This record gives sequence, structure tokens and C-alpha cells, in this order.
Amino acid sequence: MNIFLLILFFIFPLRGIRPAPIIQLSNLIDQTCKQTPFYELCTSILLSNPKSADADIAGLARIMVTSLDSKASDTLDQINDLLEDTLTLDPATQQALALCAERYNVILTGDIPQTIAGLDRGNYKFAQKGTNDAALEASACEKGFPSKRKSPINELNKEVRHISIVAAAIVKVMIDS
Amino acid sequence: MADTNPFLPVTSSGYTHLPDESHQTNAPVIRRRRPFKEHLIVVIGLLALGLFVAFIGYKASSNGHVHDNENGSFQALSREPQTNPLVSRGPTTGVSEKANRVRGPKSSQHASRGPAAGVSEKSNLVGNNLRSYPWDISMLSWQRTSFHFQPEKNWMNDPNGPMFYKGWYHFFYQYNPKGAVWGNIVWGHAVSKDLINWMHLPLAIVSDKWYDINGVWTGSATILPDGQVIMLYTGCTNESVQVQNLAYPADASDPLLINWVKYSNNPVLVPPPGINDKDFRDPTTAWLTAEGKWRIIIGSKMGREGIALVYDTNDFKTYEIEGILHAVPGTGMWECVDLFPVSTEESNGLATLANGPGVKHVIKASLDDDRNDYYAIGTYYDKNHTWVPNNPSIDIGIGIRYDYGIFYAAKTFYDQDKERRILWGWIGESDSEAADVKKGWASLQSIPRTILMDRKTGTNLIQWPVEEVESLRVNNTDFDRVEMKAGETIPLDVGLATQLDIIAEFEIDKEALDKAVESNETFSCEGSGGAAERGALGPFGVLVLADETLAEQTPVYFYIVKAKDGFFKTFFCTDKSRSSEATDVNKQIYGSFVPVLEGENLSMRILVDHSIIESFAQGGRSCITARTYPTKAIHEAARVFLFNNATNASVTASLKIWQMDSADFQIYPNDATRQLSVFTSILILAAYLSCIEKFIW
Repeated sequence: MNIFLLILFFIFPLRGIRPAPIIQLSNLIDQTCKQTPFYELCTSILLSNPKSADADIAGLARIMVTSLDSKASDTLDQINDLLEDTLTLDPATQQALALCAERYNVILTGDIPQTIAGLDRGNYKFAQKGTNDAALEASACEKGFPSKRKSPINELNKEVRHISIVAAAIVKVMIDS
Repeated sequence: MADTNPFLPVTSSGYTHLPDESHQTNAPVIRRRRPFKEHLIVVIGLLALGLFVAFIGYKASSNGHVHDNENGSFQALSREPQTNPLVSRGPTTGVSEKANRVRGPKSSQHASRGPAAGVSEKSNLVGNNLRSYPWDISMLSWQRTSFHFQPEKNWMNDPNGPMFYKGWYHFFYQYNPKGAVWGNIVWGHAVSKDLINWMHLPLAIVSDKWYDINGVWTGSATILPDGQVIMLYTGCTNESVQVQNLAYPADASDPLLINWVKYSNNPVLVPPPGINDKDFRDPTTAWLTAEGKWRIIIGSKMGREGIALVYDTNDFKTYEIEGILHAVPGTGMWECVDLFPVSTEESNGLATLANGPGVKHVIKASLDDDRNDYYAIGTYYDKNHTWVPNNPSIDIGIGIRYDYGIFYAAKTFYDQDKERRILWGWIGESDSEAADVKKGWASLQSIPRTILMDRKTGTNLIQWPVEEVESLRVNNTDFDRVEMKAGETIPLDVGLATQLDIIAEFEIDKEALDKAVESNETFSCEGSGGAAERGALGPFGVLVLADETLAEQTPVYFYIVKAKDGFFKTFFCTDKSRSSEATDVNKQIYGSFVPVLEGENLSMRILVDHSIIESFAQGGRSCITARTYPTKAIHEAARVFLFNNATNASVTASLKIWQMDSADFQIYPNDATRQLSVFTSILILAAYLSCIEKFIW
């Protein structure tokens, strides 16, 4: 019991000491995220990036796209890892994964650069197109799997899709303002 | 003729005189003194000639290739949007190094995924029993059109600077030389004698100055009374500021206008105070004001209000801002603004400087917010640079659209040769970008349309494909007064059905119209259940790009609603909801209300060209352009059907259907020049060989 309490004493202060970036939920972040379908995902991504503290809405969009880039990269890595394990994969899943690799490649080398170029140059419709297409590619990737069970990358696909939708919603707010 | 006695003694001063030989031949025959040297001369000569021929052939085929980078230095952007997925995107582009591996079970396949490779390797993995992989090379390559304008490959968007000059129709367009997504934008260029058959030319304007390094964006041409050509275009500067630049032909006597020169003091216009750096683009064609100045307008926005700014100039180099031509609240940024006159009395087009009684002015804007093109008809007041709509409730951006499908960044020009005004519209893709990258291209232009005031309604414009497209018609099939009962679908046998021109007229039986119940149903094509949703008086029309089993089909149809006051409202729709079994394509239903006047039959025209369907109702009073990507209803499997899905009415239809030939797309220099080069090379080779004949034998 005592040891248990001792451990508790040590663990909680350590959690306090950990240098987590503390960003206030600014009015802009709150207002912006409220205009997206996934408020909590939006705020958690923005708040975990220190740059959001004094970003304008274009900056927030950029942060969201960076997060999308990172999540899509992770997903592509996961797909490639799964594909290397050829012995345990059935043909339909293998084929779906290969198609997903192509789609994620398009997200990383097509959609995201197009979105960034559009944001930087003020041609927001191409930014919107890029983010919308990223959601479409993730969704199409998921649908390519045999329908009986969830795909091995179901969670990742969902996250990529949701982040894309949030990014697209932020771009729409920029267009509308 | 070879000397048969090579070892006769030859002296430097003369020769052995043989009886009966002519004394004239006194040239010493140098034979085998130094055989090696002679052979060397011959061999080197032939090699040099061979290189020369090869060089000519190479220059002939690659000179003027639109899609090489030879015409300008591009600022290498940090990402290549496509082609080699194995290239590291690098930490400087904000991506962790870990993401750069695209390892697949067959990495060589990934490397080869360029436009030409398609998906052939992948489809070998599949086998016929696995249909879940939708895009194979047969489906993707079928999507390319046969008589719509598109470059050989890569991404295209807005039409730019169209004009008729020295016997040629010129067309420029936003183009990405590096991939099938938007980026690295420069101006492509093509010319035509008839707006249907084209010759692709080298890139006209590339992004090689600080003021357009981030994009050579949309612009317009003005032909001055003395024949000079002025091109104004938007450049995206090195700091992403939108500015207007002046360019003109390097050689005005070249009818193909291949080379262009940028004015040395560009930009000529920068965003004025109060206007955002990123809200100032797409200058129009200029027209002469009553004061003798040249006037252009540029779209922009202030807050949420879309506006058009007015500039006057004497020389296209220095400008005065005059003010705001018109503004409409809530419409957002106005892109690709266009202003042009239409005649209310004549059926010909009007030059941009026309004004006066019998002339109205149309303003069109592409709304960035919803990516649709809207127009309004009104009155232009030259002196105080304003414009007032005929009907403010259908003002710019809140009223009528050019087209109720995919049709954006449209631009008109006056064809002074045939006295008509012609409209170009950018037709984007509505599939996934992954498919675009795989097939190696994206986007089309509409078939150019003549555009006129609809004098019968006074409220609409009429658009109709230019008559030159009819030169592609072959193999006419007529269907006269085909009667369809409620719920019937009738196949139409026309042969190959992927390139068609269909003209159809429909009559719905009067009894059904009278018996129909009035309703205040608010119908809209996009909100409806498409062609499968049956009503008393519709839908009925044509199914295009349908397969035999109708698993895939694209209905183009009318739907009639009887309103509370007894009047009929007609809607014209294109339903993509079952256009393809693929899951990653757009499946919206497009369309709108179309005015139908007393005594008019319902009529539609449909141009089918692989993955594009352009539909026109009531002679062009309402238009719908759709992109479809069937997986089954392609090649010989595509069919056409008539259908009547109304519950209570029978419909009589008459149709004329033509197959359409493919248009010609050449690359400059054209094949004739190439053949000429080869022919010349052969002549030279023959001449050389005959000269050294003596040495050989």
C-alpha cells in the first residue's frame, strides 16, 4: 500500500513536469473549429501545434494540412508494412492494400501539394479541391476492401478522412469570409 | 567507271596515251595511293551525313513539342505532383524523411506509373473474378475524348485569350506541363481553322519573371483597330501577390503567333488600396469608351461582396482606376469576369465595343465560392462606368448559370470572321485525382458555343455548339414518332454509341397534362431521386452511355410539374447517380428549370464524346455538361435508349442520331514539314553518294 502511494506521488508530479505546450483555446480556434464537422478533432490538432497560438485562419488551415500530411504518411507506412507480409494476406486484401498505396501516394504527392499551393497563392478553390479529394481517396481506399470485415487500416483511413474534411471546412470558411 | 588496271604506272606529269581515247580526259586518276585516307573520308562523310539526317529528324519531331520544358525555365517547385513516387520529397517540404518510402511488393511497378504505363501491370494481378479494382487501362484510356479540345496530357484549366487572328482561331489555356493536377501554371497554345480540328503549338507564356513566377494565370486578348494584339494576364508574383501584366506577339506577321514578348515594365497593374493581394485577377478584353480610352474590368471582392473594378488606359501600360462597375452582396470573389454586348434584335454576335439601342450588355462572373458561372443581362452606362441588371432579383451570382453541370471560368470572344460571339468553358474532371494521375491527364474544354440573346424569352441567353462540329457527323439514323407508354424503355440501335450527336423532340400526351394534379411541389433536379423517381408527367428522355443491362446509365431528361396556378414548369436534368459502378466518382444530378413557351415542343440536343456529355434544352436555353466514368458502358458495350418513366403519361419521341468522327489534333511542326525534312535529307544523301561513287567502285 505504501509503495503504491509512493509510486502515485512520483507519477503525478512527473506528469506535471512534462513540458506539454499549453495553448489557450483562442477565440479564433474555437470559432473556426465550430464550423467544421469534427470540433474536437479540429481543436486537438490545432492546440497541439505551437504555431496555432498566433496564426490567422490561413495559418490554421496550413497546420491542419501539415497534420493531414503526417497522418497520411503514417498510413502509407502502415500499408507498406502490411504489404510486406505477403504470406498471411489473401489476394483480395492484398490487392486492396496495393490500390490504397497508390491512393495515398496521390494524397501525398498530388492533393497536399495542390492544397498548399492553393493556400499560398490565394487560389482557394484548388485548396478545397485538394482537401476534398484527399477525403475521397481515403474513402475509396476503405471501400476497396472485401466488405465482410473492417480493413486493417480502418482507423487510419477514418482519421485521414476526418482531417481532410476538417481542412476542407476551414478552407470553406476562408472562402466565405 | 573504275580503272580495270590499277597497277598501270602513273607519272605525275602525264599518262600513258591509249589509242582512240579522248584527249580531253586529262584529270589524273588518283587510285589507291592512300587507300586508308580515302576510306576514312567516305566513312566520316557517311557518318556526318547520318548524324545530319538524324538531327533533322529529331528537330522536326521535337521542335515545338508543347509538353517539354524547353520553352522556359520553371522555378522548380518543392513538390512534383506526380510521375515518380519514389522521389524523396525531402524534409524541407515539411515532411518527415520516413514518409519517403513507397515500398510495395513490386517497387518497379510503382516507378513505372507514368501516364503511358497506365495500370497494365496491376491489372495482371487481378484476374477476371475480382471486380473490386475498378480502373483498368481499358476503362481509363476510353475516357479520353475524340472531338473536344484537350492537350496530349497533363492538367488544363481556364480558357485564355481566345481570338481570331490572320485566318486562325487562337486558343490559349492554363496548363501544368509537369502533371495531371493543378500547379506550375503556364499558357498552352493551339490554333485551328474551324474550332474543331487543332494544331498544338509550343507554350506561349511561361513563368520566368518575378511577377509571374508563381503562375501565369488567366487573361484576355484585345485586337486593336490597327490589328495589333494586346494580351493582358494575371501573374502570381514571387510573394503570391496577384498583378496584371502585358504581353504581345514577338512577330505580328506570324499568323501562328508562336512567340510572345513580355512588356519590359510589368506589372502594369497591382492590387489597389482596399483590395486584397489575392483578390485581383483575370483581366478582360478591352473596349473603347466614348471618350476614346480603352476600358477593362477585373473581378474582385470586398468582404463578401463580389465586385468588378473598372480601369481605363490609353496605351495598356498605364491605367486609371475609374471605380466599381457593379457589386452583388454575398456572392464572394468574382473570377474570370466577362462583359459583352448582345443584340436584342439581330441574330449575329456583336463586337465588344458595340453599344446603343438594340444592344444589351451581359456580365458574367465565375463564383469562387461555388465554382459555377453566372450571368445577368442589363444596361451598361459608359459615361459613369456602371451597369444595371434588367432584373435585380436574378443579378450576377444569384440568378441564371451558363450551364448547370460542370462548366467554369468561361470566356467569350468576338469572331469577326463569321460575326458571332463564341463562348469557351473549362470542363474539369469529376473523378478522383488518383485516376487523373493514373490516366495522365485532367480536364477538357466544352465544344465552343455561339452565344446570343434569346429574343423569345428576353431573359435567357442561348448557347449552341458551333456549326462546325456538325462536319463530324456521319451515319445518320432517324427514329420517327416512337410512342412510349408510361414506364417503357426502348433501345435505339445506332451502332457504336460513344461519339454521338443526338437531336430529340418529345411530345407528352395532352390528356395526361390536363388530368395531372396541381401541386406546390418544389422540384429541383439535384434534390430529386433522379430518373428513377417517377412522377405523373416525367421523367422521360434519353439514356446515354448505358450498358445492355442498364447497370450503368446516364439519363438526360425532362420532368414536368403542374403548378398550383395550372401552369406547367419544365425541368431539364442529367442524372449521374447510376452513371458508373465505380465508387470514387461524382454522382450528382444536375439541371434546372427551363422556360418552355406556348406552342414549343420539348427538344434536346446531346453531344456524347466518351467521358463528356453536353446537353442542351429548347435550342440552348438551358445547358448541362456532365462528366461520366462508366466501367462497363464503354467501347462497343455503350448503348442508347429512349425512356419514359412517367406514371401516367405516354410520350412520343422523334430523334435524329449521328455518329461523330474524331477531330484532328496535330502537333506543330506538322507531319508535312517532317516529311519534307526527311525527303531533303535523302536527296542530300543521294547527291553525296553519287559524288563519292568513284571512290567506292
